[in-house]
This record gives sequence, structure tokens and C-alpha cells, in this order.
Amino acid sequence: MKKILMMMASILALCGVLFLTSKQLSAQAGATTQANTLNLYNWGDYIDPGLIKKFEKQTGYHVQYETFDSNEAMFTKIKQGGTAYDLAIPSDYMIEKMKKANLLLPIDQKKLPNFKYLDQHFLDQSFDRGNRYSVPYFWGTLGIIYNDQQVSASEVQHWNDLWAPKWQNELMLVDSARDILGMTLISQGQSVNTTATTTLNQASHKLDQLSINVKAIVADEIKTYMIQEEAPLAVTWSGEAAEMIDQNEHLHYVVPSEGSNAWYDNMVIPKTAKHQRAAYAFIDFMLDPKNAAQNAEYVGYATPNKAAKALLPKKIRQDQQFYPPLKTIEKLEVYQDLGAQKVEQYNDLFLKFKMYRQ
Amino acid sequence: MKKSKQFFMVPYFLWIALFVVAPLLLILYQSFTDGQGHFTVRNYLTYGSSSVYLKMSLNSLWYAFLITVITLLVSYPAAYILSRLKHQQLWLLLIILPTWINLLLKAYAFIGLFSRAGAVNHFLMFIGIGPKQILFSDFSFLLVASYIEIPFMILPIYNAIVQLDPALPNASRDLGASPWQTFRLVTFPLTLSGVKAGVQAVFIPSLSLFMLTRLIGGNRVITLGTAIEEHFLTTMNWGMGSTIGVILIVMMFVIMMLTNDRKKKRREVLDDEKTTL
Repeated sequence: MKKILMMMASILALCGVLFLTSKQLSAQAGATTQANTLNLYNWGDYIDPGLIKKFEKQTGYHVQYETFDSNEAMFTKIKQGGTAYDLAIPSDYMIEKMKKANLLLPIDQKKLPNFKYLDQHFLDQSFDRGNRYSVPYFWGTLGIIYNDQQVSASEVQHWNDLWAPKWQNELMLVDSARDILGMTLISQGQSVNTTATTTLNQASHKLDQLSINVKAIVADEIKTYMIQEEAPLAVTWSGEAAEMIDQNEHLHYVVPSEGSNAWYDNMVIPKTAKHQRAAYAFIDFMLDPKNAAQNAEYVGYATPNKAAKALLPKKIRQDQQFYPPLKTIEKLEVYQDLGAQKVEQYNDLFLKFKMYRQ
Repeated sequence: MKKSKQFFMVPYFLWIALFVVAPLLLILYQSFTDGQGHFTVRNYLTYGSSSVYLKMSLNSLWYAFLITVITLLVSYPAAYILSRLKHQQLWLLLIILPTWINLLLKAYAFIGLFSRAGAVNHFLMFIGIGPKQILFSDFSFLLVASYIEIPFMILPIYNAIVQLDPALPNASRDLGASPWQTFRLVTFPLTLSGVKAGVQAVFIPSLSLFMLTRLIGGNRVITLGTAIEEHFLTTMNWGMGSTIGVILIVMMFVIMMLTNDRKKKRREVLDDEKTTL
């Protein structure tokens, strides 16, 4: 009995020591009071860390950086309200959904002097007319990345080229129902926001035929695999492609001219925000052309900031892979929130595709 | 004394109530709701009428079964030999050692080994077979899953073999049984409890391995875990996700019942044997 009590006492003492140490450590790291913090909720590795330091120095706010790896995970966490995030960076369709769920605070553009630097082309999108709730952060496309050692450029100009028998067991896909069904729909001349069940079933049928060409359906790992030349071609997002091209010069990225998805990641202020002043300061800081250009160079995604784009090196600015010609831009479609039922239909069809074996 | 004993039970009861019973009840409750929180059995109907889900369940069972068989085939001889070795504790430590390494790290290590430019393909090229597609196949998935589960199979079997009274196999040999007969009629039946514990420890987690299906199987191997993840994170249909969760739990209960019941009976037999001995 005595032994047990001693054990329990020592465990409790150990817990106490650990608690105090961790408290000490976190105090040293931030020296934060609640008032001057900015709780930033962003995708992983989606901002130049140098900019966070610069922001902290300039404004005195302390940035608490937390990351998510899918819009849905972010939505769930903000909805549950466990942490009071002051600023989040979700994608287009998710903003529509968050708006519907009343999770966003309107943004007063008058408080953002740098808002004027944004390119008109990327404002007033279908998911947030008039940019009442969101400020664009980056934009990009869905496309095909290929390795010029095994694939010649002329072989992969269109979505339909992916179905060619030549690519048996060679193609990698991003693990995303919306994107993969979306590109199939485009290949059939349909919209990425199709809701008609017959059209969807036709697309699903066509997609099943792609199964024989598919090597793997993965997420972030595509980056590593393409760089290591595990597969000759893959369907992925432009930002990921930029990182891959950075590390393997044989890789190239194509946005098929018949159309594709354009996505926007946008800064929003969730309802849970406790430090709105800090959030506004941060948005404006990120809109500053110099900062936006620095960030675009670091992250590798396309910036919607006109003035920032002008500041980028010519090589990046004129790269049609990531700043496609206007003719292609006009054919790009933004995802709309299709409602729970349709989202589920998309996912069920995608699941069916994953299970499909010839 | 009795009072203080009850007092010490409180944390356990709280723990079990809060972290075992309550979540299970929540899952059960969720599985009977739709998106708006109304009561419905639609989720179960969807599950039962969807060939995709049924096929996926069969897939899960089939892969879990294969993984269990492979680990068992490797583990029983390994445990048997282990129990006859000199430095057993050292060998045991070596077997347990891999479990100290994070599952993800192990998976990434295998990706490195199996990739097109990886060590295994280099070896295959060296011996003249030429590079093969190893990653993203049933083979690599089963191999990695079995590798990860093997320690959990070896340990209970090893324990059962060590606990076996050496007088019993000796007596069997004395009475004229061949080594194979001794193994088949004495050693194996008496260590079956270890095998069953091992099967439980391997089969049940294997049913819902989903990290590996993605990393090693490249989503070319689909189990119920994949569907649960999708429903909770992408479609946010928690009801359907919970329904699949409930079905997994039911599957696990069935496995537990199948492996538990006989164990009890067998133990009685064992006790009888002991008294008669």
C-alpha cells in the first residue's frame, strides 16, 4: 500500500514538474498576452516564415501559426470552435459553405488600404460576390505534370490524353473526388459543377475506364514521387507542380486548353475571431505588393496581386505554366458548393472508381 | 479496506465510462442520424444496398484475413524457435524494437525501399530480373502490413509456448509419439490460446488499416477505414461514417467471440487435465 502511494505521489510530482517546465518554455517562446496574438490557421508551408517574423516586428503582434491539410478539416475545427482562430485561408467552395453556415465575419475593405493592388480579374468571383467575406491570397489551377524523359509535350495537351493505352499503370492522381471527377467532366465537355445524375454517371463510367492507367491515388506524396521519377505523369495542382519543377528540371506542367478548375485560396475572418484588429493588420500586410511578391516567390503559387506580380522576376511572371494565357483563364471554372447530397454523390462515385478493377 | 478498494476503482470507472463507453454510444447514436440530426435508419439501408460498401467490407475482411494468415505462418515457427534459444530476452527485445518506431516512419522507409529507384529494385536489376513495380500493389501492402503486425503475433504465442509445461511434450515422446505427432496433438493445441490472442491482436487492427492503404497501397487497396476517413473529413456525413464504424465494431465483436469462446472451454479442459495429471 505504501509503495503504491509513493508511486502515485512520484507520478503526480513528475506531472507537476513537466507542466511547470512546459509553461516556462511556452512563456519564453512567446511572451504573449492574450491581447496581442494573431491566431492564424493556414495550410502547411503556405507562407514565407520570414514574412511572419517581419509582421511580428513591424506590428508587435505575435503570430500563432496552426496548419490544416484539408478544407474540410478546417471547417470542422472552426465550426466546433475549440480554438478562436482570427484568420483562416480556405479555398473558394469552402468559403461559400462557411458563408452558408454563418461562420464568417464580413470584411470591411475600407480598413485595407492595400486592397487596391489586387487584380480585378480575380475579384468578385462566384463564391463571394463583391468580396464581402474574403480577400484572395493565391490562385491556381488543376493540370497535368509530366516528365519530359518519358512523355513528350504533344502527348499530354488534353485531359483525354490521359486515357491513352500507352500510360497503363503510369498515372498518378490526387486523392480528391471533386478534382478527378471534375477533370473527367471537362474531358466530356461538361461543367465541373455538374449536378445532373445522368451526366455524373456517364463521367463515372468514363473515369472507371481510366483505372487501368492509374498507378496510385495519393495526396501530398505525389510531390516526392514525381521528383523521384516514380511515375511519368500525374494530375495535380499548379502550386504543388511549381514545387516539383523546382526540384526536378525534367518536369513540366500543363493546363489543358479546353478548360480546368481554377481555385482561389482566400483570407477570411472566422466568427470565432477575438483579435480582429490583428487580422486586418495581417491581411493588409500580406496585400502589400512587396510582401505578396516575396510570398509568391517562396510558395510558388500564382499571386492575384497585380502590383506584386509586376515585382516578380521576369522568368516567373511570364511562365505560362502558372500564369496561363488569358484565353485559357477564361475557360477555367471555379468550384461551387454543390450541397451535402451532391458532394456525397461525387465521393461515392470516386470511391467506386477507387474500388474498380479491370 | 474494502472501501478504499472501491475508492481506487473510481478512476478506472471514470476512464472506461468517458473514453470507452461514451464514445461507443456516441458513434451508435450518430449512425442513426442524418445531416440534420434527425433519427433515421437510412445510413444502414444505404450500406446494405450499396455494392460499393459491401465489396469494401469484403475487401477489408479479406485483406485482414490474409495479413493474419501471413503473420501467423511467420510468427508461430519464429516463436517456437525463440523459446528454444539461449538469449531469449535479447531476441525478444530485437523483435519488440521495431514497434518503438513510429508507424509512419516505417511506412516511409518502405516507400524508399520499394520505389522505382529503391534498394529492392537495384537488387532485382543486379541479379538480372530488372526493375518491377512493387509499390502500390497487393504484394507490397500485405508485406508491409504483416511486417508491422508480426511482433503482436509473436509475443502472445511465445508466452504461450514458454508457459507450456515441458513435462507434457516429454511425456508424449515417452509414450511413443513422433515429433510431428507431439507438435500436432500436444504442443499446438496447448498453445492455441496464444495463437488466438495473437489473431485478435492482428486481425482487428488490420480491418481498418487506412494509412497504409494510402501510403503503400496508393489507394489501390481500399478498406473500410478509407470510407470512414472520407465520410468524416470530406463529405462530412458523420452519420454514414459512424454507421461504417459500427459495422467495423460488430465485425470485431464477431472475431472476439469466435476466438474467445473456445478459449474458455479449452481452459476448462486444461484444468481438468491438470487435476487428472
